[in-house]
Amino acid sequence: MNTTVNLLIGLAMGLNLLALGSSRLPSIIRAMSVQGMALGLLPLLLEHELDWRVVAVALVTVAVKGFVIPQLLRRAMRAANIEREVEPFIGFVPSLLLGAAGTVAAVAGARALLLLPEHAGTLLVPGALASIFTGLILLVARAKAISQVCGYLIMENGIYLFGLLLIHSTPLLVESGILLDVTVGIFVTGIIVDRIQRAFDSLDTRKLTVLRE
Amino acid sequence: MIAILEIILRLALWLVLAPLLPGIINKVKAWVAGRKGPPVLQLYYDLARLWQKGVVLSTLASPGFIAGPAVAWVALVGAALLLPLGPAGSALSFRGDVLLLVYLFAVARFCTAWAALETGSAFEGMGAAREVSYAVLAEAALITGILSLSVQTGSVTLAAMLSQPVGAGAVLLAAGLFAVLLAENCRVPFDDPNTHLELTMIHEVMVLDHSGPPLAAVLHGAAVKLLLFAVLLSQAVLPLNGLPPLLAAVTLGAAVLVVTVGVGLVESLLARFAFRRVPLLLTTAFLLCLFALLLAWKGGAT
Repeated sequence: MNTTVNLLIGLAMGLNLLALGSSRLPSIIRAMSVQGMALGLLPLLLEHELDWRVVAVALVTVAVKGFVIPQLLRRAMRAANIEREVEPFIGFVPSLLLGAAGTVAAVAGARALLLLPEHAGTLLVPGALASIFTGLILLVARAKAISQVCGYLIMENGIYLFGLLLIHSTPLLVESGILLDVTVGIFVTGIIVDRIQRAFDSLDTRKLTVLRE
Repeated sequence: MIAILEIILRLALWLVLAPLLPGIINKVKAWVAGRKGPPVLQLYYDLARLWQKGVVLSTLASPGFIAGPAVAWVALVGAALLLPLGPAGSALSFRGDVLLLVYLFAVARFCTAWAALETGSAFEGMGAAREVSYAVLAEAALITGILSLSVQTGSVTLAAMLSQPVGAGAVLLAAGLFAVLLAENCRVPFDDPNTHLELTMIHEVMVLDHSGPPLAAVLHGAAVKLLLFAVLLSQAVLPLNGLPPLLAAVTLGAAVLVVTVGVGLVESLLARFAFRRVPLLLTTAFLLCLFALLLAWKGGAT
């Protein structure tokens, strides 16, 4: 059980680096959606007895993070005619190295934390920290609005991983509420991206910081 | 006496088998593209032909122009003697021989670049500069990979490092070393060995002015290097020591074949990367080896 969990979280950590290193928007979106699907399966593995609510939440998470949100992002991309190339503020190699350093620091730092014995053996905490850090780098280092949204989603995946630590004490309803919020957020972002594109002819956030008539 | 005979036999095996690999790669490429392709033994014919030809020397070139390929060839063959072959062990083995292996690769590269610079041609200087700047990153990845093997087994002897069963990091290490193999041997995502277009060449441009036996030495040395990396990669991933000798030899041969066919497939299915994308790929290889190192260090920390 623990090995499968660690394998899935390890996959998510690898996808973090893939998202940092790829220069094209569709591959970042794909990395994010596969990560969401991998993490969506985790509640099934972590719960000891399978409640129908757990199964339902896992299925909804996989569907929303793996299919609905990427589809919304792709549609926004198509509608706004965004070029596929990502423009980085921080180059790909430095951001990849930063992400790797963050992952290593997360793995090393998680050992210093006081965890419950059942969580100490898993990669839950390092995976969460690494994903949050990766999301942060993507948010800060990329100029395109859509890749920033991807960074935000990877960050949300990290927070979701942290939430799994408390799976026994918080109702899954809270998690599904967050999921709903995120979906609506992406939906609204998709619309806004289209509007910004129409109004300003660009989605480059560098230009959006300048106010003009 | 027996020991000397064994060394000679091993040497002959390395020297004779090495030119087979580029032939197999070309055959795979031709097969994927639906062509007939050159015969598998083409490099042997080329080498034989080159060996009988004369040498054209620039009046500017110092003896280093001839010495470069020769020293590089000797260094690579020396590296081949250091590398163990499954349970048969290596011809020469001592504590810390892995360092010598890394440095022999470096000497070979230095000599090729030096001979390229000897011609005084700006074009060849550019090739040497490209080769060396890729090597900086590829070497970091190679050393990290070797370090992870060393940490895993607690030894600095190649025979011991490559014989023990590998841990969880084997997949990462294999991926990292494969990328290093492609970069070090100037294969497709990094360099296109078939083009003669000046914008893309790296290794080819360095040997443009060589002719006759020195060129044969360069080509044969490149084939030996490819075989070396293929054997190193196979042994780093597969634990061969527990197997009976014959089975181990067959497994090693099959693994080298798989690596070679893999190189051929990569060459046919991928396009050559732009120069600015290459450091990214090599950094990824470095990170893969680094994560393998971390896994080895923490004793399968997953």
